[in-house]
Amino acid sequence: MIDFIIQYPLLAAIAALVSLGAVFGALLGFAAVRFKTEGNPIVDQINDILPQTQCGQCGHPGCRPYAEAIANDNEPINKCPPGGEAGIQALADLLDLEPIPLDEEHGEEKVKAVAYIREDECIGCTKCIQACPVDAILGAAKHMHTVITSECTGCDLCVEPCPVDCIDMIPEQTTLQNWHWQLPDPVSREVEIIATDAPRNRAA
Amino acid sequence: MLADYSILLIGAILVNNFVLVQFLGLCPFMGVSNKLETAMGMSMATTFVLTLASACSNLTYHLLLVPLGLEYLKTISFILVIAVVVQFTEMVVRKSSPLLHRVLGVYLPLITTNCAVLGVALLNINKDHGFMQSLFYGFGAAVGFSLVLVLFAAMRERLAVADVPEPFKGPAIGMVTAGLMSLAFMGFAGLV
Repeated sequence: MIDFIIQYPLLAAIAALVSLGAVFGALLGFAAVRFKTEGNPIVDQINDILPQTQCGQCGHPGCRPYAEAIANDNEPINKCPPGGEAGIQALADLLDLEPIPLDEEHGEEKVKAVAYIREDECIGCTKCIQACPVDAILGAAKHMHTVITSECTGCDLCVEPCPVDCIDMIPEQTTLQNWHWQLPDPVSREVEIIATDAPRNRAA
Repeated sequence: MLADYSILLIGAILVNNFVLVQFLGLCPFMGVSNKLETAMGMSMATTFVLTLASACSNLTYHLLLVPLGLEYLKTISFILVIAVVVQFTEMVVRKSSPLLHRVLGVYLPLITTNCAVLGVALLNINKDHGFMQSLFYGFGAAVGFSLVLVLFAAMRERLAVADVPEPFKGPAIGMVTAGLMSLAFMGFAGLV
């Protein structure tokens, strides 16, 4: 060993560096396996399916906390009225569970609507601004408020606090941007030909 | 014994502060000091890695390079050691404490290129530090780095809203501030 180093100092240096690298590489490889993190991609996938209304009707402060509760605490998947049956179906497919009917306790499925403030009746109390989970209401104290239609998720949370009841929920207008072919009624269809025939793609 | 270690610590933290007296690790010092919160994250990550890398590179030097007579390979070996320590730390932290991992975030891998880490490892060799001394010296250097980084970040947060003359805005006033801090830290020179 000593002779080798004296004879070929360059080779010894290369060997030392290579072995150092090999040992460290092995260490990192071992660590990568030993400390592997599952991440929690399932939470993200559930969160993608949820409608992101942030309405809190499920009893959680928002869609992501509900997604975490489904993933980690076995929360039932039928607590999301805005997602409706299609959302439950998509969640059931993702998590390999039986689809269960919507829990009426948390509200019922409605047509997607946006809030509309009758502006001449608005007294500018800012209560609806504080209630809005997605900051879709504009306005200042003692000034008229209005809703940014494209930001509104239709969660209903602003209707309750309004002292003069000037907020209406108007069903979403069909425009060229959001119109799509009505899917055939899943009940009347005898067989599902391909997997994407399932009504889940209504959720989008 | 205890006095030796405390002198080593105080020396590394205040008297020979790595950032303001030896001017090592200036990139993260200027780069991540815009917000106090990120500065805290960077400090924690650096403290951990610097202490560990200091001890590990000391071991590598004395157990591998000296017996083989390859002292001239110390720089490249230490870079290797530091990179591995950083990677390993990142994996362990991600597994054991996702919260801490989120706080440290991108700063953990960035430490690989922090020259203070390599500087401490090389200075340990120059000063003939043993294993425990290396550990304390690394820890002291890290605490010193954290101290000035957090102080500087707090000052820059105030500078951001201060009425600074137009030509001095941004990094310029940051450099001036760092220079003044450096002057202040020179005052510790007679302490140990």
